[in-house]
Amino acid sequence: MKIHEYQAKELFRNHHIPVPEGYVATSPEDACAMAGRLGGFPVVVKAQIHAGGRGKGGGVKLARNLQEVQSAAAAILGRPLVTPQTGPQGKKVRKVLVEQGLDIAQELYFSIIPDRSTAKIMIIASRAGGMDIEEVAAKSPEKIIKVLINPLTGIEPGHCREIGAGLNLPDSLAEKFSTLVENLYRLFIEADCSLLEINPLVITAQETFVALDAKVEIDDNALFRQKDILKFRDIDEEDPLEVEASKYNLNYINLNGNVGNMVNGAGLAMATMDLIKSAGAEPANFLDVGGGADAGMVENGFRIILSDSNVKAVLINIFGGILRCDVLAEGVVQAARKTGIKVPVVIRLQGTNVEKGREILAASGLQLITAADLNDAAGKIAEIARN
Amino acid sequence: MAIFVDKETRLLVQGITGREGQFHARQCIEYGTRVVAGVTPGKGGQNMDDVPVFNSVKEAVRETGANCSMIFVPPAFAAKAIMEAIDGDVDIIVAITEGIPVLDMMRIKNYLNGKQVRLIGPNCPGIITPGQCKIGIMPAFIHKPGGPIGVVSRSGTLTYEVVHQLTTKGIGQTTCLGIGGDPVNGTNFIDCLKAFEEDPETKGIVLVGEIGGTAEEEAAAYIAEKVSKPVVGFVAGLSAPPGRRMGHAGAIVSGKTGTAQSKIAVMKEAGIHVCDNLGRFGDFCAGVF
Repeated sequence: MKIHEYQAKELFRNHHIPVPEGYVATSPEDACAMAGRLGGFPVVVKAQIHAGGRGKGGGVKLARNLQEVQSAAAAILGRPLVTPQTGPQGKKVRKVLVEQGLDIAQELYFSIIPDRSTAKIMIIASRAGGMDIEEVAAKSPEKIIKVLINPLTGIEPGHCREIGAGLNLPDSLAEKFSTLVENLYRLFIEADCSLLEINPLVITAQETFVALDAKVEIDDNALFRQKDILKFRDIDEEDPLEVEASKYNLNYINLNGNVGNMVNGAGLAMATMDLIKSAGAEPANFLDVGGGADAGMVENGFRIILSDSNVKAVLINIFGGILRCDVLAEGVVQAARKTGIKVPVVIRLQGTNVEKGREILAASGLQLITAADLNDAAGKIAEIARN
Repeated sequence: MAIFVDKETRLLVQGITGREGQFHARQCIEYGTRVVAGVTPGKGGQNMDDVPVFNSVKEAVRETGANCSMIFVPPAFAAKAIMEAIDGDVDIIVAITEGIPVLDMMRIKNYLNGKQVRLIGPNCPGIITPGQCKIGIMPAFIHKPGGPIGVVSRSGTLTYEVVHQLTTKGIGQTTCLGIGGDPVNGTNFIDCLKAFEEDPETKGIVLVGEIGGTAEEEAAAYIAEKVSKPVVGFVAGLSAPPGRRMGHAGAIVSGKTGTAQSKIAVMKEAGIHVCDNLGRFGDFCAGVF
């Protein structure tokens, strides 16, 4: 789960990680009031959306007086912000963070991620702060320091010294830096982060560390034990159909194509999308109804697919294991009766109770196109795509 | 012959009294798997059908000689259950549970270091040696006993699809297993490739991958160097958008890494026969094997 910068900074404050003083505002007037609570100018007005590269899209503005705060907030709020990560349509900005400007001496890069291949926690740091770290990694990998930590034994003083030395930090900052890194590591563990990134982490003219930016993502699998962080979920940032699907525990992702699809199992769902693409069409979604789906979940999944106005055809591909074909068939028939089907629907069933499932579909009197196997289904989708 | 499990395997089921644990334990018994014990803390002394239930793995192992554990414990308690199985002296742990936090799995992976026990999964369909034993949730009837093909996959239903097409073409299987769709798991592709290479009855291998991570690339490097048997590969997710988790926690393209395109290129370079049309997977395998 993604959270906003201002929410990540709240977590930072709770873990004694220094951040600039700042307040959230939802209107230009509000932004001016918040700027007034800070200790003077300049201040920074930052768009709060779930996407990176905000500076490049004009979502971060410096203001030297109240008038500039007003115009910066007015320019950012209520409009879509287009960044390299949002796609061309951008993301609507509903909140800005108004923050104290700082006297910056140096900018660093710092992040913590779970490293899947070693099963260790990886701290990544670089003196090349404020830049795109993937670019730095590609062009000058020697500028990047990586340290692996065993989650069973946790962070040790040696880890912090190794990173500090790699960053060429002066001895006078060593202790402050160790405390900072330990606090960040503790937050990463306690909040079940899947990403914690600070770019830039600044050293101020007063020789203190401050997290100027904060990007935190939480492991979805761990949300059951992160109730406080779950409150940070902002459904305005999510696709409305995906929000709707999540109410029924459906694993749905809205895409730009025109052939909807419903599959059981994530791997088969991806492979089915690939099949649609190689048939000359584009998948409109990813939808894994899961192994334990009941007729109600199937019905809701089908309804959500059909409510996407781009969808010109639907492919249902079920390999019945735990999810029986007759249950799937009943769900499809229910949904079709309630919402009506205005587009061609190709159904391929295989596995547990497949005969019973096919009988239910045939007896329904609905105009469904059945496919004998996956290859047949791909051919039928290709035929529809051509017309 | 087979890899990891066969008709001698003595299975215990952690979470046997839960709805799913019970359902699948029964399915395994029906297939012929020797289910010798169940474990549910607080329910020791009861029976699930004819299977005795114990309070702990240690007790179940001591009383029944179980050497393999299948885990159906919900995600919040699954890590503890796996740890208990590791300490309980079984040889193989098959963790079916989906949704275990990554941090828990990282701790388990490090805890496994240097120990002899093998963990398969989590978030996997399990393992089946057709005609001998089934430890997992896969539909049994799609398999064909007797070999000669070994199947290893990161997915569940996609594996069923692949196996079904093999069977339809008259190609049997030695052992089929899913290693799971999570970013951190126990047994990896290379462990399975090594075992299939050493198994005299396995004449060819099917490897089913998906987007995210570098497991397919590592497998390809291993195959180029160490595997003499023919390998057919498939990678799901050619049409997956970057930055989105495609159902499986581990299935995500980060930046430019983990794409299906790059995995397929590396696999082809390593001499793997990569099938690009799932609809004709069976025909493709019939051609190669």
